[in-house]
Amino acid sequence: MLKPVLKLMLVSAFLVSHALFANTLDLNAYKGKVVYIDFWASWCGPCRQSFPWMKNLHETKAKDGLVIIGVNVDQDQKLANAFIDEFMPDFKIIFDPAGALASEFKVAGMPSAYIIDRSGKPRFKHIGYHADKREQYEQEIQTLLNEKSN
Amino acid sequence: MSLLKFKLGAIMIGICLLSSCSSIGVKPWERDLLAKKSMQPNPYPLETAADEHTYFSKEGSSGGKGFGGGGCGCN
Repeated sequence: MLKPVLKLMLVSAFLVSHALFANTLDLNAYKGKVVYIDFWASWCGPCRQSFPWMKNLHETKAKDGLVIIGVNVDQDQKLANAFIDEFMPDFKIIFDPAGALASEFKVAGMPSAYIIDRSGKPRFKHIGYHADKREQYEQEIQTLLNEKSN
Repeated sequence: MSLLKFKLGAIMIGICLLSSCSSIGVKPWERDLLAKKSMQPNPYPLETAADEHTYFSKEGSSGGKGFGGGGCGCN
């Protein structure tokens, strides 16, 4: 009689905690991979250029160990969803409307990108997205992908 | 000596109070709030411009809003 109740409590606790922490970022889960964390918003003009580029990166480099995580900082979820429907990213998207992650990463401008190497160490930071710097960004990512994880 | 200490203390407190101004302003990721119409100091610029021209024209002798001098010819 008590067992199914306990089971139900455990399952609901798991679901609630998963829902609560679904929007946090645990970089330990990505050790051994190169992580490209991009802070974006629906109102950010350069993000409209960076999204197709990141999609392409994901498609070509995911097999080499690149993980792209887009952190959305929109206060209005509807606007973020409209942006996602337009660009249809196939990489992971996290929502950070309160700006907790953005504060933690000390985001200084929008958009901002942080590239973490395979050992979990942040190596590059980009403030803003510039289409003419794509080669530089790709070179940095390739450098980190070429490094072997420890 | 105690007056010097008091002055020093007052200056230190003043500096500490000033540092609270360092968190003024929105964070870069909060700029969407600033762009909302309700946050603009002048959300209806065309209407405001028309109103100001009306006042400026009506208040010919005093110059209307802002500056002095005038008379009907200037408007």
